[in-house]
Amino acid sequence: MTEQVDHRVVGPGRSNLDPAVLAGAESFARTWATAVIGSSYVPMTRTEVAEHLQALTEVLVHALHASPFRTAPGYEIGARLVEAHFTGTDTLGRTVQLLGDDLLSELGITPDELMRSRLAALQGALSAGYARALRERTLAEQEAIRAAVLDARDQAEAALRASEARFRAMFTEAAIGIGIADIEGRILDVNQALQDMLGFSVEEMRQYNIRDLMHPEDGSSVWRLYDQLTAGECDHYRAEKRFRRADGEQVWTHLTLSLVRDDHGDPQYQVAMIEDVTDRHLLQNRLRYQALHDPLTGLPNRALFLERLGRVFNSRHQSRAGLCYLDLDGFKVINDSLGHDIGDQLLVEVGRRLDHSVSGEGKLVARMGGDEFVILVEGSRDTQDIVNVADRVLRELESPIRIGGHELIVSASIGIVERALEGTTAADLMRDADITLYWAKADGKSRWALYDPERNAREVARFTLSATMPAALERDEFYVDYQPLVRLEDAVVVGVEALVRWQHPEFGRLAPDRFIELAEETGLIVPLGRWVLRKACEQARRWRAEFGDSAPFVSVNLAVRQSRDPELVRDVKRILDECSLPPNQLQLELTESAIMGTADEPLEALRVLSDMGVRIAIDDFGTGYSNLAYLKHLPVHELKIAGSFMEGLRAEDEEDAVDVAIVSTLVQLAHALELGVTAEGVETPAQAKRLHRIGCNTGQGWFFAKPMRPEDIDELLRR
Amino acid sequence: MDSGERPSWAPGDIDLGRPSIARVYDYWLGGAHNFAVDRAVADKVLADVPVLRSVVLNHRAFLRRAVRFMLARGVRQFLDLGSGIPTVGNVHEIAQAADPSARVVYADIDPVAVAHSRAILTGNESVNVLQIDVRDVEAVVKSPEVRDLLDFDRPIGVLMIALLHFVPDSEDPHGIVAAYRDAVPAGSYLAVSHAGVEEGEWDPAWDDARGTYNRGVSEMTYRSRREVEALVAGFDLVEPGVARLPLWHPESLEDVDDDAHRFPGFGAVGRKA
Repeated sequence: MTEQVDHRVVGPGRSNLDPAVLAGAESFARTWATAVIGSSYVPMTRTEVAEHLQALTEVLVHALHASPFRTAPGYEIGARLVEAHFTGTDTLGRTVQLLGDDLLSELGITPDELMRSRLAALQGALSAGYARALRERTLAEQEAIRAAVLDARDQAEAALRASEARFRAMFTEAAIGIGIADIEGRILDVNQALQDMLGFSVEEMRQYNIRDLMHPEDGSSVWRLYDQLTAGECDHYRAEKRFRRADGEQVWTHLTLSLVRDDHGDPQYQVAMIEDVTDRHLLQNRLRYQALHDPLTGLPNRALFLERLGRVFNSRHQSRAGLCYLDLDGFKVINDSLGHDIGDQLLVEVGRRLDHSVSGEGKLVARMGGDEFVILVEGSRDTQDIVNVADRVLRELESPIRIGGHELIVSASIGIVERALEGTTAADLMRDADITLYWAKADGKSRWALYDPERNAREVARFTLSATMPAALERDEFYVDYQPLVRLEDAVVVGVEALVRWQHPEFGRLAPDRFIELAEETGLIVPLGRWVLRKACEQARRWRAEFGDSAPFVSVNLAVRQSRDPELVRDVKRILDECSLPPNQLQLELTESAIMGTADEPLEALRVLSDMGVRIAIDDFGTGYSNLAYLKHLPVHELKIAGSFMEGLRAEDEEDAVDVAIVSTLVQLAHALELGVTAEGVETPAQAKRLHRIGCNTGQGWFFAKPMRPEDIDELLRR
Repeated sequence: MDSGERPSWAPGDIDLGRPSIARVYDYWLGGAHNFAVDRAVADKVLADVPVLRSVVLNHRAFLRRAVRFMLARGVRQFLDLGSGIPTVGNVHEIAQAADPSARVVYADIDPVAVAHSRAILTGNESVNVLQIDVRDVEAVVKSPEVRDLLDFDRPIGVLMIALLHFVPDSEDPHGIVAAYRDAVPAGSYLAVSHAGVEEGEWDPAWDDARGTYNRGVSEMTYRSRREVEALVAGFDLVEPGVARLPLWHPESLEDVDDDAHRFPGFGAVGRKA
């Protein structure tokens, strides 16, 4: 340290001094120390201070007695006091006063003129030396502290420059685009990344206002938030934003705009951080495209179609819409026989033709999967619009498709739904189109079918019936009516045909034509038929109990499926046993097709039944294609001639010769085979009379009686 | 400790319009490393409390005695916290007079004081100067100036001379002292000098001095002997414990004046076991 000095000045010739003088000097030094200690800090103990001052005192003693007398030692003592840091404001004054007051007397020096004069000169020199040294020291320290201030400022500025350089480097080198603009939107600075991103230099960018960077595709929120930000209402926001590059290309970005406020909190700058997400955006677009398109045909897929359909319903820009639900006919055959590769190429070509024939605003062709396609027409005016589309599609598919040497003829079935959007839903539309496609298929393929709500209602009812039938059987909703079979010769009721009815809780009384076919389809005909058989046999036994041998036999219809049921014989036998009914009191009616088309086994069953004594009748005879030669080998007892032949025999005054001939022939045939004949559908007395003349044994029809409750039959029998 | 608004590497303000503790002390110690603004405050405080000059000299003298005490116990490296402007009788002068290889790190928040220290210490390889807020103990201890010079396997003399009365209780002076205690190795020493009096000795003039000081320079907290003892908890205090500053190991009886037992400040030296 600069202040590093040897404070303990050793006076010259200390040992030379007289001991008494030395003691005086010591005493003076102590007084001196007391006077100056506390006026400034010296890094010494009191003793060290006294020693230091004693040395200076000794210098003074020598100077007083020196010859020649010089004032230089006084000057030096002043300098040394300052050097030792006796720099307090009172130090010099006290020292000078003490020298004048005490020094000569302490040293035992006579205060004569000479000594007083010398002492005064030394005091003056000491003051001068002290003043000069202190001035130099003060100036040096002032200079040092000012230099320190400058150093500190330099360092601070260097640190500031370094920090600015760091920030500048961060701004310049950042991989994210950064731009700064004033609050009016004038662009002040942009970093390299942003220049690269947008293709403009910083000079070019400075020509722009933020608003010049508006993009037509910007969401409205982007600029609404911008206005809020510049107004100081929000401090930052994020947005997805597109920019147009200098080369005209587009850049998709994530933009974060932040507001910088001044010390008063007023908006001052805006800072934009812009990240280029174009690649990510394009990838997302591609992924989205892939997610929404069929990779084979390139057409929109089910997801996109449903999305679009949903949008049609949500936006309600249109009041109507239509769908063509399309399915290739026999595609499975092509796929299975020619291979999936050909099948796929066929689908591609069909997709192309569909797309080609159905283009334009508001129309969408989508592949729903497999060989199903759908065409959505938004804003149709009426059903004809969609029918036109379907016709065009069918026409477009008419020309053969050539694939790998195969010339394939394809056709399609199309279900069409067109309606007002009000009151329906996308799901309704899809379901109805699907149903309608099924109708088109069922109606013969290669055609379109139009959705028909009544047809749908019927099918729904059919479905409902078929679904509720098993429970209905358990709940005894079925019952049996009986229609008399009357001997024409004497008008006696010889038998009754059992006719099943369904008292439906919702639809009311249902005739067999409403549900027998359904029961055949579902297989419920077997238990239902068995139930009817049992009911009829039980009734027959009651009549037999009451009327004895004059009781009528019961004639029960046997459906095709029943006739092929391996349990048939056992069922019939058990029921007859349980009812204690003689077999000849039961007649089973089968249709021509049921009996002629049967294989050996069911026929065998009929034969067993016949052998048991059960009568077998062929129902609706003459309407099918009976093998007459075969007829004589069948276990049949009765032919029931279909009511349609009775038409020509109906009128009182004239008769249709052909019908008469047919019926006559049938009757002769039956009799030739020793079979009885029952005429169905007898409605007039003339018919009854003619049938009797022709030789029919039995008649059945409204002329005699309608089907009726068993109690009514009782009445009839009692008459 | 740090307000957190400014990164630690950012420079502090150098505002010559405000007085600095370091320069005010320099002025009171008879130095000229100060400016009119510093002297104005220093004179005003001195006018309220004339005894203050002696107080300041006593803190400086305690520094000398404490360093010499530690030197005598074999300590050869020192960490002077809140070192201020180097005037006369600085730690490295005292230490290197005893052992030229003794090492000293000066740390002060005042950038001017630090710049000055650096200027006069250029070339002294056993001394480092660090501009830092010494309340941030971790930053001090991990600074290269400290790590490069001080050997943390050997005892370190930590000096807090006239420092802690500028750390109000809200800034957790106990925690700061404890953190330094935890950072230094066993066998290290701590010297503390602190402004304060015992309860009942209060002179209203001290309030005025403190008021002037608080307004002009820095907030000041007087603490009682008991409070100073609490500050240095965890150190084994050497005799006589926390003592009136002039009465802590006086160099001679002559150095102890009649008012020593009423001196408004305490000193203590403790050893980390």
